[in-house]
Amino acid sequence: MNDWVKNPVYIVGVAETPLGEVYDHTEQSMVGVAALEALAEAGMTMKDVDGIMVNYMGEEGSVQVGEYLGIRNPRWADSTDFGGAAFELHVHHAMLAIAEKRCDVVMLAYASRQRSLRGRTMASAARQVNVTSQFESPYGLPFPIGYYAMIAARHMHQYGTTSEQLAEIAVAARKWAQMNPKAWRREPLTIEEVLKSRMVCDPLHTLDCCLVTDGGGVAILTNKEHARNAAKKPIRVIGAGESQTHWHIPQMPDMTVSSAAVSGREAFAMAGIKPSDVDFIEPYDSFTITVLMALEDLGFCKKGEGGAFVQNGRLAPGGSLPAMTMGGGLSYNHPGALGLLLLVEAVRQLRGEAGPRQVPNAKIGVAHGVGGVMSTSGTVVMTNE
Amino acid sequence: MSENKKQPYGDPITYPFWEAAAQHRLLVQHCPRCGAYQFYPRPFCLACGADKVDWAEAKGEARIYSMTTVRVQISPDFNPPYIAAVVELDEGPRMLGNITGGSPKIGDRVKLAWRERADAPPLPVWTLKEG
Repeated sequence: MNDWVKNPVYIVGVAETPLGEVYDHTEQSMVGVAALEALAEAGMTMKDVDGIMVNYMGEEGSVQVGEYLGIRNPRWADSTDFGGAAFELHVHHAMLAIAEKRCDVVMLAYASRQRSLRGRTMASAARQVNVTSQFESPYGLPFPIGYYAMIAARHMHQYGTTSEQLAEIAVAARKWAQMNPKAWRREPLTIEEVLKSRMVCDPLHTLDCCLVTDGGGVAILTNKEHARNAAKKPIRVIGAGESQTHWHIPQMPDMTVSSAAVSGREAFAMAGIKPSDVDFIEPYDSFTITVLMALEDLGFCKKGEGGAFVQNGRLAPGGSLPAMTMGGGLSYNHPGALGLLLLVEAVRQLRGEAGPRQVPNAKIGVAHGVGGVMSTSGTVVMTNE
Repeated sequence: MSENKKQPYGDPITYPFWEAAAQHRLLVQHCPRCGAYQFYPRPFCLACGADKVDWAEAKGEARIYSMTTVRVQISPDFNPPYIAAVVELDEGPRMLGNITGGSPKIGDRVKLAWRERADAPPLPVWTLKEG
């Protein structure tokens, strides 16, 4: 039997950092506050943590955040930057490390103040001479929206996907956000309003794009023995997978197929489930097209049929595949990297504590991260059974 | 200011590309072993792993694989709206570019043009091919 079946791994604590616009914290103190909350759910203290995984927050994120939190001499440390999908990759790696007994308690952490610090730029980095500076930056393609726009344009060209279909995804996210008091945008939204919002890079409008907010989160993973003291129901990780296709967009082998085709196949095979077994999904909604491609590549519908699949509110409250149930990056919060908040929401749904937005009888949930310019994917399958 | 020696533009792998660009010639790499073309330049063949690849001048014709009209200003160097695209060269490789003139759409044929730059060699860009 595989180690992750013999030695199951659980998420035993999750927390959001302060969200939205944060002026009374640093990024590290945001993580500190969330870490205490997540550890309390786990029935643990900082001294129990012997693994630390951090994305961004310095090139040596695990070292800098580990020191700040007082996590000394961990047995497992990882600052792998995999873009917004890093946290699903971290779950995959933590799962294997815990199952192999290389560590017992892993903390995943992230926080960003990209909104309040006004740190976001759309010019791609070109400070040194490299492939990007020579062959991409001179063409003025805004990062990342221009890249996702070209992916959407190609999908439309090849499969007849429409702007109305993409707008359905933004409307579904907003409907979920209306049930989440922590969501940044909660006013009603219609397909027409999405289509009338300012075009940024054809075919993507302002309301096809995620928010830019502050925020982050913490998650605690551990084995069965250490999950005993958890104050809340431990949620079992039953599958995880990761992959990548390209960094520079002309190198993407097929602009209509993302690395989710591999990360999903791996995660679902490990979990021994099919997409039809999934009760809800937290897909990375950096842009509406990001969700549509993920649903196809993960196998919820056939390639090219994502547009029809999302129509008529399938992803919205009451639909047959609840998705972005906290309002997603499109309407809840998007602090530069959304991946950790996807895990937080999936765990809360599986514990049955999502309040008005609770998906009834949710047993299997998926968090699917996407990073770069549709470059990386990380898929995590969780269950409360 | 201290040195008069002219520094070549690019990196050690791409110097020949930019030297040719100065003469309005678009180079891609060609593998003498398996015949594959590739771009951007590398010191080996992506297709077969050969450790030596040659330079070949591209015909300068391509098809638009995908494109977007950029309507937001990202820096003082760019004045929207303009079109950014991924073009697929007739030789096979894809590259990023801008497309000028006409009303291009995905699938259209384009031909090579050059944009002169003050601080760097000419940049390959594309225009719609008539007919």
